Amino acid sequence: MFADLKNPVFTDTDDLNEMARQIRRDIINMLLISKSGHSGGPLGLADIFTALYFNKLNCLPSDPYMDSRDYVFLSIGHVAPVWYATLARRGYCPLDELKTLRKINGRLQGHPAPLKTHGLPGVEIASGALGQGLSIAVGACLGLRLDNKSNRVYCICGDGELNEGQIWEAAMTAAHHNVDNLTVIVDRNHCQIDNRTEIVMKLEPLADKWKAFGFEVFEIDGHNMKEILESFDKAEKVKGKPSVILAYTKMGKGVSFMEDNYKWHGVPPNDEQGKIALSEIQKTKYGDFVDYYAEK
Amino acid sequence: MNFNKEKIIDNLDLNNPELKETRRGFGDALVELGRTNPDVVVLGGDVSGSVRSDMFRDAYPDRFFSVGIAEQDMMGTAAGLALVGKIPFASTYGEFATGRPFDQIRQSIAYSEMNVKICASHCGLTVGPDGATHQSLEDIALMRVLPHMNVITPVDYNQTYRTIIECSKLNAPFYVRFYRDNSPNFTKPDAHFEFGKADILIEGSDCAVIATGLCVWESILAAEMLEKEGISIRLINMHTIKPLDEEAILTAARDFGCIVTVEDHQKHCGLGGAVAEVLVREFPVPVEMVAVNDTFGESGKGPELYEKYGISKKYISEAVKKALKRKKK
Ligand SMILES: Cc1ncc(C[n+]2csc(CCOP(=O)(O)OP(=O)(O)O)c2C)c(N)n1
Repeated sequence: MFADLKNPVFTDTDDLNEMARQIRRDIINMLLISKSGHSGGPLGLADIFTALYFNKLNCLPSDPYMDSRDYVFLSIGHVAPVWYATLARRGYCPLDELKTLRKINGRLQGHPAPLKTHGLPGVEIASGALGQGLSIAVGACLGLRLDNKSNRVYCICGDGELNEGQIWEAAMTAAHHNVDNLTVIVDRNHCQIDNRTEIVMKLEPLADKWKAFGFEVFEIDGHNMKEILESFDKAEKVKGKPSVILAYTKMGKGVSFMEDNYKWHGVPPNDEQGKIALSEIQKTKYGDFVDYYAEK
Repeated sequence: MNFNKEKIIDNLDLNNPELKETRRGFGDALVELGRTNPDVVVLGGDVSGSVRSDMFRDAYPDRFFSVGIAEQDMMGTAAGLALVGKIPFASTYGEFATGRPFDQIRQSIAYSEMNVKICASHCGLTVGPDGATHQSLEDIALMRVLPHMNVITPVDYNQTYRTIIECSKLNAPFYVRFYRDNSPNFTKPDAHFEFGKADILIEGSDCAVIATGLCVWESILAAEMLEKEGISIRLINMHTIKPLDEEAILTAARDFGCIVTVEDHQKHCGLGGAVAEVLVREFPVPVEMVAVNDTFGESGKGPELYEKYGISKKYISEAVKKALKRKKK
């Protein structure tokens, strides 16, 4: 439906919110089928992914690697379901393929795989081992700048992921080289695997840390479409230094019993929980890619 | 089959064995060590619930240190704790326990001979759906190449428990490899167990199969298949990759004139490589290696992946037949 369209596909926040809702439903359905995978992070990031792919990014699903594309690096590979659902809705792959999440011989690997092995168009490079995405993004920024190209680079990080030292090494490199074609998005949901972030490893004062590392910092409600879009535009206008958006989100957003609960980091809903989840996320005009309970 | 009754539990039901997580053996042993040895400390890398060190954390919170998702820092911190007399157990998933902090392990633990126990859960192909990034298939290679490092790949829950208890008594760096999923628990908990001394689990007359970790069970199933075709194997559980029991390997080579190795790891530089290194030096015989063949894994169910990547019982029994054909008459 959208494969040949350039952005913005939607400018109206109501349209974007509806697509985000559909992506949330897709995530639940994918996890119900795969019976394995992460619920919390993907649901929390649905609004940001929708904003990127249906409004902001210079991208063209029918030509996924066009030279002028904006680059997306998903440093937290475990939230792949939100990426796959978004890519499918945008036209990078058939919707039906969402049924193959984490299955053998498929492209929807548990963590994003490189295209050369068995990955999905739209994926630039492997991720899954945390902490590596920002370095890659900074490298891409430096190379693009050398070529005088105006492609923008987005890197999506988790907050737990910021425990990894490599993130801060990359942050220093970005600031040191005055990289300004980079927007880092931190999914600040206060949750990681073992517990809430401040219990596992204290991050606050997080905005100050990024400022001290030389970044322009934007703090937004990561579920407010208007704020998300505005922050993308503002980040783009920053010159001479890199930008980071601290997106305050809720893990499991949209499903009451998952919201803000770190225990939903890495597990899929069972059939009963899935039913409740789908009842809480309103249907959309796009329709689901599967009627899981009818086909079961 | 001619099971070694000293090592294998009585009345083993091959079709319906007791299943237990090896990682749980790690967790249970840590709690026991916490009770008996005040110097034992544990480091957590935001996967404590997954690797089962949360049991120690909840029982002995003062001796548990969360370092967040920071494996390089974890290994350095462990070295520091060891330096001042503690016995640190640093644990995370296999790939992030070895690949990520390799240089920290090399310099601060192996070269410096620090008494750190690196405990890796979620190893091999059986993490299944998580896919290639999480399937550690190079960890044995990385750890066994390091001078001073001891490398243990226990076979089941009981042996993982034993390994953790025993390695705490030795002042040396250790790497212990185990798994996420339930797996057959079939070794006697009180059997004689010695690092560097391989266990013969089945005695046979045609060919030796040297296996490690979860692949030992797969090899038992292969032995059962082969028996029906009139082929009998000696099955050796090589639970210690380093120091390697060269004597067991050379004896097998002399007894049978051919060897099959089996592991849930890359073919290069793992158990198969280690066995081959001994044989080419001392007593060359044909070796068939059942292992992942120089490729990364992918998402799928564990058993599906064992089939696709050629390390299931079917491939083990084929390798035995091939080895027998290659052996000099
Ligand atoms: C290097 C590395 N260490 C550990 C892990 C295991 N792991 C996967 S996700 C995760 C927690 C990530 O937390 P966060 O970035 O906050 O993501 P969220 O929980 O919000 O989805 C961990 C520890 C990993 N994938 N990579």
